[in-house]
Amino acid sequence: MNPVLVMHQVRGGYGDADILHGVSLTVNPKEIVVIVGPNGAGKSTAMKAVFGLVKIRDGAILFEGEEITGWKPDAIVRRGISYVPQVKNVFAEMTVHENLEMGAFLAKSVKAEAFERIYTLFPDLKAKRNALAGSLSGGQRQMVAMGRALMLNPRLLLLDEPTAGLSPKYMEQIFQICRDVRDTGVAILLVEQHAKQALAFCDRGYVLATGSNRHEGAGQELLNDPEIAQMFLGG
Amino acid sequence: MDTLGLLNYAIFMGVLIGIYALLSLGLNVQWGYAGLFNAGVAGFFAVGAYLSALFTAPPVPDRIMGWELPTGVGWFAAMAAAALIAWPIGKVTLRFRSDYLAIATIGVAEIIRLVLRTEDLLSGGVRGITGIPRPFGDLPYEWSQLAYLGLTWGMVVVIYWALERQLAAPWGRMMRAIRENELAAAAMGKNVEARRLEAFILGAAIMGLAGAVYVHFMRAITPEAIDPMMVTFLVWIMLILGGSGNNRGAILGAVIIWVIWSSSELLTDRLPAEIATQAKYIRVFVIGLMLQLVLRWRPEGLLPEGTHVRRSS
Amino acid sequence: MSGLELINFYVIPGLISGSIYALGAIGITLIFGILRYAHFAHGDMATLGAYVALGLVGSLALSPWVALPIAMAITALVAVVLDRVFYRHLETRPKILTVMASLGVALMLRSVVQVVWGVDPQVYSTGIVRAESYGGLMLRSRELITFATATGLVLFLMAFLRYTRWGKAMRAMSDNPELARLCGVNNEAVTRLTWVIAGALAAAAGFFLGINTELNTMMGWSALLAMFAAAILGGVGRVEGAVVGGLVIGLVEELSVLVLPSQYKMATAFVILILILLVRPQGIFKGKVL
Ligand SMILES: Nc1ncnc2c1ncn2[C@@H]1O[C@H](COP(=O)(O)OP(=O)(O)O)[C@@H](O)[C@H]1O
Ligand SMILES: [Mg+2]
Repeated sequence: MNPVLVMHQVRGGYGDADILHGVSLTVNPKEIVVIVGPNGAGKSTAMKAVFGLVKIRDGAILFEGEEITGWKPDAIVRRGISYVPQVKNVFAEMTVHENLEMGAFLAKSVKAEAFERIYTLFPDLKAKRNALAGSLSGGQRQMVAMGRALMLNPRLLLLDEPTAGLSPKYMEQIFQICRDVRDTGVAILLVEQHAKQALAFCDRGYVLATGSNRHEGAGQELLNDPEIAQMFLGG
Repeated sequence: MDTLGLLNYAIFMGVLIGIYALLSLGLNVQWGYAGLFNAGVAGFFAVGAYLSALFTAPPVPDRIMGWELPTGVGWFAAMAAAALIAWPIGKVTLRFRSDYLAIATIGVAEIIRLVLRTEDLLSGGVRGITGIPRPFGDLPYEWSQLAYLGLTWGMVVVIYWALERQLAAPWGRMMRAIRENELAAAAMGKNVEARRLEAFILGAAIMGLAGAVYVHFMRAITPEAIDPMMVTFLVWIMLILGGSGNNRGAILGAVIIWVIWSSSELLTDRLPAEIATQAKYIRVFVIGLMLQLVLRWRPEGLLPEGTHVRRSS
Repeated sequence: MSGLELINFYVIPGLISGSIYALGAIGITLIFGILRYAHFAHGDMATLGAYVALGLVGSLALSPWVALPIAMAITALVAVVLDRVFYRHLETRPKILTVMASLGVALMLRSVVQVVWGVDPQVYSTGIVRAESYGGLMLRSRELITFATATGLVLFLMAFLRYTRWGKAMRAMSDNPELARLCGVNNEAVTRLTWVIAGALAAAAGFFLGINTELNTMMGWSALLAMFAAAILGGVGRVEGAVVGGLVIGLVEELSVLVLPSQYKMATAFVILILILLVRPQGIFKGKVL
């Protein structure tokens, strides 16, 4: 089976300094892959590198076998990847429905069934479709952000800390939605602060520190690794 | 023009350049040190000019003040008045991005102009204010001019020296830190706003002083004597071209731009009357264009900020 | 003074100049909100638009009302070119440099107008237009047209922003530029569109200013402060705010004559600006605070 995404020894950063020092990872079809690691490890940067928001000086990024290193974000969206940033990930002054429309901006004309698909995935949003995204709770806003990213039927979804600041109840709900999305055939790569819960729920995980890979393996495997437990999971 | 006439003209130019150098130094405190966009330079200049004139000129019926105080008092009052106007404006707008300050300073300059054109009690109406004393004014004409040139440039040197000292002090270092990285500096405390306000007020006071130096040189003033946009704009381009953040650059810019500006005036004055008025506006156009060119091709100016700081440290 | 006199001598003129300010303030608020800088050449862009219409009236003997849409189109084009030549290259530098460049452009635009058309005041058409009475309300036809056109333009723009794909892209860009880019919104196209709208509306503002009073080369610059005050009063980035702000400023200016010498009319805009920054910097409609 061909992997959906391959990052191979990626080195790069925002300015002249490297933040990533050779990061490699793979996402297979229908997989949920999580990146964990301490603050400032470069998790967000690795994700932005996939989406063309970081200057990549070495290494390669392949999507469905095609090299996309150095592509512009809009080309990457068209190719089938969507990205939900960690912060400011909704249009606060636009309605929920308009947020979804913006997600499909590149499609020129949006079919009603695309909205239906999202509203089925996030029933909460349907009732709030005419509310301003900025007026929603944190969890609902995260759903808007994910819904927006799913409008164009991506085959890979990048989520940067989707559960940050959410209550455990919402966190569970977001994880459940991730599984539902995965079951519709979308691979997911996500960054998580809640390492324990995330590793428990994902298929595979990577541990990143100071811009390089430290560990990788199945989620449960990593959870059981005493070294990792000590390093990142608070013993 | 004979030699003497030429010399007189050169001295006259020298004084005006010195006055613009003061304005440019004042703007450098605001823009070069603190990144504040003051689009109302002419307003502070005018306030300084009028206040010093009213303090020192002889009294006239139908006009307030005219206290015949010593020139030094007038100059001090000019600086104080400009600072006093700057304070509330800065207080209100410096919480926001510099765009808001720019809008407010345009407003202040326009209102000062309105007041001067409307309130004859203040400005002496069409006659304007006359009989403003000039230091060394009792000397024979040439000597008086020459002495005033010395006085003007003496002020430039004093202000330059004071600003350099201030810049080398912790105050100056903090100013630069704020400008380089506002976010990091803001994390250092609420002091950022206070520092910027200080820079704005200090710069305004220097502009007020420039106005006072100007008015005692001219010995008379009417509201029409100061074309607000032209003064403001010339000073801006002087500073940007010279090198914002660098006090020597500010002075150099004043010299270069004033020479270009007034020699182009000499040229256009010789044109036939029909096209002379148009030429006047073309000169304005060229000045505007020059700013664009500098912003595009030499944004750091002729004497970039770093050069001289590094050499002296 | 009777209520009717108050309306005829103060409220109606206030609403006229208020609509004119609103047209200018919309462009200012869009540029401030989407491109994120204060555009100081806006007033002089309005002046240019007014004089372009005058040129069309004079050279092609067009009716001013026919000249208006053409002048709007030409000014829109000029706005796009000005952005391309003078502002775009500053995009990655601190925004305040663009503000400065726009002050230079203001000066350049004004001097072009002064060279081409001279500095003497001019009018679109000579002759006195009598006001007609509508049940005691005294209105001139040009005043009615000013209201109607301004209202039409505003409604059209609001519908555009609300319902069309590119209108939404503009709002998205104003709301969250990073995310808009991630959605594939073309930054450049939105910028161009913003200038087309701002330029056209500025020309309309200049034209109405000219047809209701006279044309002079300082007219736009003199209105700039009122337009900025209107944009900030309404809330930066808010079109409806710019409209309300413009009308408020126009009305207060006219009514201020009741208590202040009329020379100080334009100072009221400044006072309102300072007050709103003190009390509610996000403006009536909760706009951005930069
Ligand atoms: N936009 C940026 N420009 C410059 N440096 C950045 C930027 N974003 C993050 N960094 C730096 O990159 C490093 C990694 O950040 P990030 O990838 O956000 O970490 P994480 O998501 O793992 O917490 C940090 O040192 C951070 O300061
Ligand atoms: Mg992060």
